[in-house]
Amino acid sequence: MIIYGDTLSKQRFEQETGWIIKPEGACKNDTCIPLPFDENTTEYPVTALAAAMNLPLVSAPEMNASALGHDSLGSNALKSAKAPDFALPDLNGTLHRLSDYLGQKVILYAWAPY
Amino acid sequence: MWRVLRDELHASGVELITVGLDNLGVEGCRAAIETAQPSHPALIDTHHVMARCFGVVNIPQSIWIDEAGMIVRPVTSAPPPPIDAPDAAPPDLTALPERMLNIMGEAMQIESDPDTYHAALKDWVLNGADSVYALTPEAVMARSSAPSQDRALGHVHFELASEAVVQGKKQLAVSHFQAAHRLVPDSWTYRRQAWSLEAVEAAGPFARFWQGPHPERPEEWPYAGDWLTDIRREGPTNYYQPWED
Repeated sequence: MIIYGDTLSKQRFEQETGWIIKPEGACKNDTCIPLPFDENTTEYPVTALAAAMNLPLVSAPEMNASALGHDSLGSNALKSAKAPDFALPDLNGTLHRLSDYLGQKVILYAWAPY
Repeated sequence: MWRVLRDELHASGVELITVGLDNLGVEGCRAAIETAQPSHPALIDTHHVMARCFGVVNIPQSIWIDEAGMIVRPVTSAPPPPIDAPDAAPPDLTALPERMLNIMGEAMQIESDPDTYHAALKDWVLNGADSVYALTPEAVMARSSAPSQDRALGHVHFELASEAVVQGKKQLAVSHFQAAHRLVPDSWTYRRQAWSLEAVEAAGPFARFWQGPHPERPEEWPYAGDWLTDIRREGPTNYYQPWED
């Protein structure tokens, strides 16, 4: 996840990582990680969030940006065979979500023009 | 080729979703997509989400997902469908630069097994969960492995490098590509993406396939490896992981 600036909104964090913020912290599957923020906080300092959740974080001050990983370092292998519901655009910019194709078998085919 | 297969299988409740992994986004993928004239969704992945989500480390690779959104076959080398066509005349390679000839020589030694892959694919399409090639969720999870700290950091470096490319910050991108290559050493896509951005115009239509030092300015090459050096070191027969029942 690319983040510009020093903070990340709670909404975006939940939407893009699958972690859900509850009173006990950030929760995913059967794991909850306490956060050092007030329950009403809506903008999380990225560095503190990454540290609390042991998420990989790399910063590029030259761009005023950071890249934040989605899952804690040291997390277990796949806990579910459920395919992550990503969203990517086509040539026209129309976003397609994998979940748009539920009800069909999907062959996801990765290629490159190089 | 894939479009023909897709149209054949679509009536059986299958959708093919192609995902072009390229930091150059629409600009990089448009020509190939428009040439293919797909009847299926052709998506563009500028930040290589496929690597983080599914473990794509080379192309072409595929993931099979059932009607309920469950992975039944995790990331696997996916050779193009075998085509039943008369042998075409060999292309005229005499005008190619020597490096491209060497690359093609190595590429011809790369092993793949389209017959096995596509027989398994069709079996799954026809038989669904009853196919021996449709793995159970437990088997899918058993084939996954916990990401190392290095690997997790490598993905993040690559994502940042991709964003730097999108933002036109080439030198910044290079430093993060270098880190990603060190931390995720088995990813050909991470390496080839970075190398392809050092296009050598003298190679004409193969500019992005050169993936190595510029012939006139080799000292400017910023990466530890390049396509030819790496394939020779790792062996072309090891380029793709073999099919695993």
